[in-house]
Amino acid sequence: MANSNEEILAGLAEIVNEETGLATDAVQADKSFTDDLDIDSLSMMTIVTLAEEKFEVRIPDEEVKNLTTVGDAVAFIAQAQA
Amino acid sequence: MSKPTLAQRPTVAGSRLLSVGGVRGENLVPNDDIVGPINSSDEWIRQRTGIRSRARANGDTTVKDLAVGAAQDVLAKASLTGSDIGAVLVSTVTHFEQTPSLAAMVADAIGATPAAAYDISAACAGYCYGIAQADAMVRSGAAEHVLVIGVEKMSDFIDPTDRSISFLLGDGAGAAVVGPSDTPGIAPTVWGSDGGQAGAIYQTHSWLDYRRAELGEPVPTDTPELAEEVSQITSPTLRQQGPTVFKWVISSMPEIARRAVAAAGLELSDIDVFIPHQANMRITDQLLKLIDFREDVVVGRDIADTGNTSAASVPLATERLLREGQAHSGDIALQIGFGAGLVYAAQVVILP
Repeated sequence: MANSNEEILAGLAEIVNEETGLATDAVQADKSFTDDLDIDSLSMMTIVTLAEEKFEVRIPDEEVKNLTTVGDAVAFIAQAQA
Repeated sequence: MSKPTLAQRPTVAGSRLLSVGGVRGENLVPNDDIVGPINSSDEWIRQRTGIRSRARANGDTTVKDLAVGAAQDVLAKASLTGSDIGAVLVSTVTHFEQTPSLAAMVADAIGATPAAAYDISAACAGYCYGIAQADAMVRSGAAEHVLVIGVEKMSDFIDPTDRSISFLLGDGAGAAVVGPSDTPGIAPTVWGSDGGQAGAIYQTHSWLDYRRAELGEPVPTDTPELAEEVSQITSPTLRQQGPTVFKWVISSMPEIARRAVAAAGLELSDIDVFIPHQANMRITDQLLKLIDFREDVVVGRDIADTGNTSAASVPLATERLLREGQAHSGDIALQIGFGAGLVYAAQVVILP
């Protein structure tokens, strides 16, 4: 089932909070996973794996390096659900 | 005229682990001793892997020495001698002879000749593969007692300048003796492979390419990077796609673990001890989050001091839990190995 971009952002924020302890409102579309949120490659893979389950999409490993910002991830998930 | 009927061996009711033990490389090498060539730091390695030090063997200690040390430990613990062993299974990726097998040499060294002996190539899942085979051998009557060894001297195979996997790896041998039992002690193994992901953990180039380059013969290569690597006639070494492996483990192994528990006829709440392959503490922590064990489940965390010893890691982690009194004889343990192949195997066992 397709989610709105707002729902995807909120869901990602919950996952990031679970993995890193960052407050959910710190997870905004323009934030960079590495530079702003200080998420390393293994945490990123955890977030990707949990997002795949939550949103019922497949995010290929080679795609992960293109997901620089939270907004990139939201857009990819939205497109994958479409 | 009808054909004669073949005889088959009578089956044995049950099998179990009679002992688990092992030996580690003689030197505990702290992070500070290896960070130079990889431009890293103690803090970075601890944060990314949970590793403080790794066991590394002396230069003149051989993979056979480590395997024999583990064999002698488990034979003594089971009050058996080499002559009681009907089959020797050795899992390793660091026995650098195509033939003969390390298992045959170990069998001879411990006085188990003429036991059946062969090596297993299943990388970090190799010990759990070996336990699956030993269980089948004992219950089918193929051997009364089977010695299973996972052994690696990874320090002979690694590249000190590699940032992908080498700094994780340690040397050691873990082993178990599997024998007959009146009550079931080894539940069905859930195992498998995914060779489509062979590139996730891989050898830089084959020994055949190495030989061709050394002889000055043309080396067929798929990529310029590989051609460059081979042209330098460097000996092959290991690499991994760390994030890819991490994702595969946390997305696939929780289900394999749950299936192994179900195959044992148990609930997750019945599991007293969880002994995952010691790949990376972050992987262990994530598996614990994703599998609903009891809160008081005891977890193998030998990696912090010993490093990732590939095929040896599950039995060495088991040995440590038993020796330190964190786990006890009779406890119900779920063990799971996963690694290069990709391959995996999980089974529930009763600790000896």
